[in-house]
Parts: sequence; C-alpha cells; structure tokens
Amino acid sequence: MNGGFDFEKPIVELEGEIGRLRALAGEGTVDVAAEIESLQKKLDAARRDIYGNLTPWQRVQIARHPQRPYTLDYVRLMTEGFIELAGDRFFANDQAIVGGVARLEGRTVVVVGQQKGRDTKENLLRNFGSAHPEGYRKAYRLMRLAEKFRLPVVSFIDTPGAYPGIGAEERGQAEAIACNLRAMAALETPIVAVIIGEGGSGGALGIGVGDEVLMLENAYYSVISPEGCAAILWKDQSKAAEAASTLRISPRELLELDVIDLIVPEPLGGAHRNYELAAREVKAALLGALDRLGRVPPGDLVRRRYEKYRRIGSFTEE
Amino acid sequence: MRFFARRIKVKKRDIPAGVWTKCRRCKEMVTSQEVEENLMTCPKCGYLSPLPAPARIRSLFADGEFHEIDARMRPADPLKFVDSLPYPKRQQSAEKRSGLPEAVVTGIGSLGGFAVACAVMDFEYMGGSMGSVVGEKITRLIEAAIEKRIPLLIISSSGGARMQEGALSLLQLAKTSAALARLDAEGILFVSVMTNPTTGGTTASFASLGDVIVAEPGALIGFAGPRVIKQTIQQDLPDGFQTAEFLLAHGMVDMIVPRRELGGRLAAILSLFGAPRFRSAAHAPRQRRPRREGAEA
Repeated sequence: MNGGFDFEKPIVELEGEIGRLRALAGEGTVDVAAEIESLQKKLDAARRDIYGNLTPWQRVQIARHPQRPYTLDYVRLMTEGFIELAGDRFFANDQAIVGGVARLEGRTVVVVGQQKGRDTKENLLRNFGSAHPEGYRKAYRLMRLAEKFRLPVVSFIDTPGAYPGIGAEERGQAEAIACNLRAMAALETPIVAVIIGEGGSGGALGIGVGDEVLMLENAYYSVISPEGCAAILWKDQSKAAEAASTLRISPRELLELDVIDLIVPEPLGGAHRNYELAAREVKAALLGALDRLGRVPPGDLVRRRYEKYRRIGSFTEE
Repeated sequence: MRFFARRIKVKKRDIPAGVWTKCRRCKEMVTSQEVEENLMTCPKCGYLSPLPAPARIRSLFADGEFHEIDARMRPADPLKFVDSLPYPKRQQSAEKRSGLPEAVVTGIGSLGGFAVACAVMDFEYMGGSMGSVVGEKITRLIEAAIEKRIPLLIISSSGGARMQEGALSLLQLAKTSAALARLDAEGILFVSVMTNPTTGGTTASFASLGDVIVAEPGALIGFAGPRVIKQTIQQDLPDGFQTAEFLLAHGMVDMIVPRRELGGRLAAILSLFGAPRFRSAAHAPRQRRPRREGAEA
C-alpha cells in the first residue's frame, strides 16, 4: 500500500517497527510508549528529509504511482452533480479522456481530463491515459460547449503522452492536437489547466493551454518522457533518471521558466497518501485561479492568454 | 516589431562535377551535381533528400526577391543542457553543418509575383527541431503576415520539438498555434507544405493547421515516429505507413506536389485566393538602419 519505492525504504522500515511495538503495547505486557514516541519522531524526520529532497526521477515515480488520484477522483472529491458527456461526434468515445459538466463551489464548470485505469481491465478501457485523436476532439467539443455558455474550463492533465499507434496516425493525432492548441488559444472563456500527474509532451499540451496552469508538487511536465530522451540522447533507457534531471521537468524549475503559474502542495509523501487533503489543495488553488480570472474583463481574456504564451522562450538577438 | 532585413544571396553553389553519391533509397550511384541540380531529387528513383533552406528559397523565389527577417536570432541555453555534448557545442556544429544560425529561415518575398510571408525549415540544423528560436521566428512571421495582410507559407522539415530546450520547446507549439488563431480570425491564407520528414511537435502544431496542406511525394509525415509506434504496438507497420500518399488517402493533406512543380502550384493557389502582388515598398521589411560608428545609441 505504501508505494514501496526504493527511496521510501527507511520510512517503510520505521513504520513497520512502530506497528510491531503498537501490537506489543496492545497486548499490555510492556510499556513502549516512550519508544514509540522516539520512533515516531524519527519517522517524521525521515519523511521530511526524504520527501523534502526528492530527485526529479523520484517525483516521476510518484507521478506514476498506481494509487495516485486521477481526474475522476478529483471530480468526485471536489465537485457536485457531475454529468459525464461522451464522444467526439465523429468516430468514437475515447475513454482515455473524460469530460463533462459539474458544479464547483456553486459555479458550473466544464471538466476535461485524461483518465488512467486502476486495474488492468480499466487500463485497457482507458488505454493507460493515452488518448487517440477522438479523445482530443471530444475535449475540443466540450471546450466549445463551455465557450457557448461562458463556463470556465477546468482541464486535468495526466498522460504519459498521446497514443502512438496506427489508428491514431490514420485519424490525424497531430491534427487533433494542433487544432486544440489553436482553439484553446482563442477560446472566449477562462481555462485553468492542472497537471495532476504525468504531463507527457504534446499529449498533455493538447488539453493544456490555459490562462493559468497549475501543477501538483510531484507531477512532471516534459517535452519527452525521460526514458525516451535517454534512449535518443544516451542510447540507453536506463539513463532515465539522468534525463529527468537534465530536462528540468519538476514544478519548481518549470515555474522559473514561466511554463507553469502555480505549484499546488501535496500531502507529505504524495497525493496518493491522502486523497481528501490532495483534493482540498487542488480545489483551493482552482478556486483562487477562477476568482482571479473572473475579475478579468471577458474581452481581455484571449489577449492576455496570447501574451502569456507569446513571451515564452529563450533566445538572443545581437 | 523589429525586423532585421537581409537579402539571401542567390547564387549557385560550386559543386565539383563528377562527385558520386549513392541514393539512400534505390542505392544507385548518381552524381551529386545531378542530385543538387534536381533539387535534391534522385534522378533514378525520385527519392527526395532534405533540401537545404537556402536552396529551397532560391527555387521558390526565382527572381531573388526574398527579404529575410530575424536573421540574427540565435538559440540560448536556458536549461544548461548537457548530454554527451553541451547544447552550445551542438548549436555550433549544427551551424557549421547547415551554414545557418538556426533551423528556420523566415522572410517576405515574391513568389510568382505574389507577396508572401514564408518560413523554410532546414533539417540539417539539429533535425529541423523546434526550440525557442524556431517558435519565435515563426510567430513573428505570422504576426508580420497579419500586419501586412499577406498570405503565410511554411515549408516544414522537422523531427519535432527540440529536447535540449525542454518544456520551452513544447510551449512553442502553443505559441505558434496561438498566432495562427489570430491569422485565422483575420481571414489570411496559410499554406503549409510538409516535406520529408515532418513529425512530432511540428506536425502537432503549425504544420497541420494550413488552410491548404501540400505534401512532397514520399515524405514521412506523422505525429509519432515509426520506431516509437513499432515499439509500442509490437507489430510491423503496414507498407507506406505515414507517407504523404498515406496521409492523402486518409484525408490529412490536400495534395502531393513534386518538388520541381511546387513553386508553380503555390503561385496558382495564391492567385486563386486573391493574394496581393508583391510591392517592395508595402511588403519588404523595413531595412535596419546602418549603425554608424561612434553614433550615440
């Protein structure tokens, strides 16, 4: 249950020891309160030390944790009355991207987001959160719906990438993403994107253009997967950890590069350790963003979004 | 907006005659001169090698009327990226290899007499990859097309977003597409030409957003690279998968035009859509005022 990442070993060991002592205490034979207290202090220190100094690669592992909350978990914990809407009206209902309408603290919002599966069966249904063109076109349809009713769009990003397959290419994966980028740039309603787990390149950006882009503390956002980068540049997939550092994919670095606007804190050890707390943080950050955007005159929204993206990049001119 | 104008010199490269080269597809021996004179097309099988941007510009802007803009823009190294080589070293060798300061040349010129804002990517510069400079130059070009109300032409040849600039490269997809949203709203024509190869982030942004999309024969065009797809699905890919012909059959491009005929076809398209005739005074970018030595800033 507790992840079992290698870097969490000291924590797991301390937790185990405390558990054993508690069991002893339960039997009432020995007084171990003092010892438990001391171990608990050690455990707290170990947690702060380990989770406070995660390497980029460790964050990638947390972002991919099978128990990490997914889009529909946040929707369930943060909103009321969610009605899911299905299909792109062209080809299919891609379940790697979910979407619909919900009430968030009294206001109606349109939600879109990539959705991974909890088990093998669901993962096959959801294609591990890797959408086909019809997923991007469903998101497009829902964003146009949001624009029609001037409802804010809340987009949850959690994908290893857009799916690289034969059908995806036949039906225009690139075109579907490109059209979304163009449409989101011009959408006459607020868009807040939240990177909740994996921000896998164009597949993430395809629903990720926003007036504000929020990012969870242990999420990553990258132009290429660390494994893919390592395979191309070092010809060695096992250099993924090195690639994760080199690519600067962690929230703090992306904030400095103006790629994201706000980091959302996670419960200690990662969002998977406390769904309710994670959802509360995301909700608070979202409401803050929606309040700020609510104060922007509607006529200024698209121009401001254009200027936000217009500035991004680094180059020299003599 | 600032423009740095420079005329691309229209001159034939000196190629020593009789230098032989083997065609990558048909393996026939052909002279380099034959291939180059034929716009990098194999005279035996028609295979199209990537055409360097200056040669492409010479072939399309035949009367030499092409005014380059942003010619002095160069990449930075925002991530301090090092793999087997530091990124600045890669930039240097790419510049040496391609003879260009970055992977795209942009400018305003006269194509068949029509004014057009044109970007040509060059595969020899780091695989035509899109980093901040490519994104910025293309965005400025789109803004220039809007300002001057002239059609936009982008000739892509690119493996996608450039890893060495990380997420900044990724966001160039959003930046260029946002500029194209403005172009769209202004009712200005955009013709996208996809050449061999056009993949990844380039296809997932501006290259796919043309009002008219032209592809070169046999060009590899797609979102994911064939190797990645093969690895993912653990199956062999069908013959002709991700070629221009495959895209035409699946409704993703409008037409396939051989390299030699591209200029004529583009001029015909520009004409039908009512492109303005090129007038130097109205369309050429403002010349940069020569800086006199000792002059005050």
